[in-house]
Amino acid sequence: MNAILEMQGITKTFPGVKALDDVNITVRAGEIHALVGENGAGKSTLMKVLSGVYPHGSYSGSIFYEGEERRFKGIADSESLGIIIIHQELALVPLLSIAENIFLGNEQAKYGVIDWSLAFSRTKELLKVVGLNESPETLVTNLGVGKQQLVEIAKALSKKVKLLILDEPTASLNEKDSDALLNLLLQFKAQGISSILISHKLNEISKVADSITVLRDGGTVETLNCRAQTISEDRIIRGMVGRTMEDRYPKRDPNIGETIFQVENWSAYHPIHSHVQVVKDVNLNIRRGEIVGIAGLMGAGRTEFAMSLFGRSYGRNISGRVMLHGQEIDVSTVEKAVSSGIAYATEDRKTYGLVLAEDIRKNVTLANLEGVSKNFVIDDIRELAVANDYRAKMRIRSPSVFQETVNLSGGNQQKVVLSKWLFSDPEILILDEPTRGIDVGAKYEIYTIINRLADAGKGVLMISSEMPELLGMCDRIYVMNEGSLIAELDIAEASQEKIMHAIVKSGRR
Amino acid sequence: MDTRTADELSLSHQKTSWMEFIKAHFRDYGMLLSLLVIMLFFQVVTNGTLLRPLNLTNLVLQNSYIVIMALGMLLVIVAGHIDLSVGSIVGFVGGLAAMMMVRWGFDPVTTTIACLIIGGLIGAAQGYWVAYFKVPSFIVTLAGMLVFKGLTLALLGGMSVGPFPVAFQRLSSGFIPDVFGGEGFNYTALFLGIASVAAIIYFSLRSRANQLKHAVETAPFGLFLFKNGLLAVLVIAFCYLMATYRGLPNVLVIMAVLIALYAFVTNRTTIGRRVYALGGNEKAAKLSGIKTERLTFLTFVNMGVLAGLAGLIFAARLNTATPKAGLGFELDVIAAVFIGGASATGGVGKVTGAVIGAFVMGVMNNGMSILGIGIDYQQVIKGLVLLAAVSLDVYNRKK
Repeated sequence: MNAILEMQGITKTFPGVKALDDVNITVRAGEIHALVGENGAGKSTLMKVLSGVYPHGSYSGSIFYEGEERRFKGIADSESLGIIIIHQELALVPLLSIAENIFLGNEQAKYGVIDWSLAFSRTKELLKVVGLNESPETLVTNLGVGKQQLVEIAKALSKKVKLLILDEPTASLNEKDSDALLNLLLQFKAQGISSILISHKLNEISKVADSITVLRDGGTVETLNCRAQTISEDRIIRGMVGRTMEDRYPKRDPNIGETIFQVENWSAYHPIHSHVQVVKDVNLNIRRGEIVGIAGLMGAGRTEFAMSLFGRSYGRNISGRVMLHGQEIDVSTVEKAVSSGIAYATEDRKTYGLVLAEDIRKNVTLANLEGVSKNFVIDDIRELAVANDYRAKMRIRSPSVFQETVNLSGGNQQKVVLSKWLFSDPEILILDEPTRGIDVGAKYEIYTIINRLADAGKGVLMISSEMPELLGMCDRIYVMNEGSLIAELDIAEASQEKIMHAIVKSGRR
Repeated sequence: MDTRTADELSLSHQKTSWMEFIKAHFRDYGMLLSLLVIMLFFQVVTNGTLLRPLNLTNLVLQNSYIVIMALGMLLVIVAGHIDLSVGSIVGFVGGLAAMMMVRWGFDPVTTTIACLIIGGLIGAAQGYWVAYFKVPSFIVTLAGMLVFKGLTLALLGGMSVGPFPVAFQRLSSGFIPDVFGGEGFNYTALFLGIASVAAIIYFSLRSRANQLKHAVETAPFGLFLFKNGLLAVLVIAFCYLMATYRGLPNVLVIMAVLIALYAFVTNRTTIGRRVYALGGNEKAAKLSGIKTERLTFLTFVNMGVLAGLAGLIFAARLNTATPKAGLGFELDVIAAVFIGGASATGGVGKVTGAVIGAFVMGVMNNGMSILGIGIDYQQVIKGLVLLAAVSLDVYNRKK
């Protein structure tokens, strides 16, 4: 089988950094080629070189596509030859319809006048191919992320794609949608369309990839052939981090005390569709020094539960009781929740967690300015000391605490968010997807911090969509589905199968 | 995993060289520098008229109300909003003050207090819609602009109302009397200048000592001396010039106190910090326990009070209230804040920047008038300066 794409000796330098250093990758026609590596390994840069975002001349090395050397000057050049990228952040216009989005920039038009009936009929065909049962007139904003992803793929198909590049396509999809997407890739493969799949989810890669190229620090480490033999996840990780990750989760001897936190009959309704109950009669408890997980599929209501609990930041008609140390506490506003000793680190740190334009120092003290001020006047020396203290304790990598948080990597941003909440000195810390979008090394550090919190006698409630993470970190796991807690598993008896089994069983009821 | 951290983390107290420090803080000093250059330019081309005591006094009186409103507008813009109604509020409050004193016979003190309260209420009325109903501030204050322009006309019956009692006129045309009774030279002015310089030096020395004690990176001592020395010379020279004329205008003192107060509030208080966080990322601020709605509401109340004060000062200066008073002021105020480096998307901006921005506009107005440039081209030039200043800032930030 011959290669559809060969990139040879690609080197790309930015001022001061060598982002890619002599990278080689060969994609054979009709295969699914996975590209893996830690954040910052150069995956996205490589794909930008391929698609012409970085035009020929701004890098060294050569690109052979369909047997000829190509010198792309821009995305239009690569797209016209059938190389289509679907980025991690979807590039759809929310308030336009599916059909309008699919043909955006490529309108089915004659003399600038759009032939809508043609556009709609072509959209219908494309939607059938990707298995999306929606009207072409549906606005994209009314679709879930999974379906939006399918619209993106339909858009790629409309451009006669030969090489489809997907950057973290399943990052925000639940298991069912992810599976559907992966099956679609297999289907394309059968039709002779090649794909490059960039993903952090190694289990998915093992499932569909024909070969795997591992990047580390801007260089090619190796290319693994999955057809010859099965490649284990540990094998891939070893390539990515350059060492064996004996244990992805730091060891901890849990020292669990009495129950300190209880939620009773917690319910919340959708903020707009007020008859839809999003959180249904949730009862849970956390003990001193315990890490409790909430597992569930995307959309199970976990984030909604946490946010409704934290100062009614989500939903309406919220009811239920929250007890800390046996006393009922008022959590009706964020301020009250924080002062009662609850903290919530959000899943979306850029939108809800950080003031990106401000430095580490100001972000760290934001939730507890009283802690560094007297009579409303901030003691800037004390503030600086606090910020430096957290920077050291959390190992936030930056030149100083005066670094704007927008310039930090995902892992370091997450450490700033955690610092902010630790400085508010909570009893109960709710962590929502604490390691989303963070590379393997930084994950380990975050886990260590979480363990340390539990050892200090706090109660931790951890929401995560990555089941291995919950199984590796928690002492007890609740399973949530459709707004209800449907199972409670002690870590000794918990497994991925049991969790999935509980979800499937409750879905059937 | 990372062996560097230990020494990396030991608080860096390396000696920074002058050039490095100036480079790092160019945005802070750049504004002040451009103001000085503009002043120097007009001083030369007007053959020294710009800095004559009489003209200097005029410069202060002409710009006081813009500066005062820029303080409030800075907070509004930092919070991520805009207030287009301030010009109309100036007109309305001025008209109200005129009616109260001239027609209805209230005394100046009652009038002043009432007018400030009314200003605050107007701000509250607009802030309510912005903060709690989430109506875009552009729309709310555009409506307010029309409403209060109309109400001013209705209140004054389309006529000018004046003159005011002498006591009220003093707000704008009065000077701090000389307690030392100097003939032709106002010793009080000089004394106040020296006193404020002493205060500035005392506080900056104290904060520098504190920073050194805690090993915080500080400006090189030479630069520190130079900066404070320059400031001291400028303030004392200014006060000396004013002393040779009639001394310090009352308005100047009000303005100086307000500038110091707002600089302190934005830099050092929790409420100031929270306004910046609110403008930088409202959702994150809210989830950090900050009452974002109330804070937004308060920034508009504050703006209303300051616009009311500006209205009183402006009316007192003209000694009459006209239906056209305050027309277009909002544009000068907003321009001042943006020239001063505030970000249109919120979260960024400084009090000192806004004040310097107001004076950049003020000096240009004044200088071009002395040169006899018509109002037509004055506007063209001002517009271009606004664009140039902001583009330069955007360019610098990108770098």
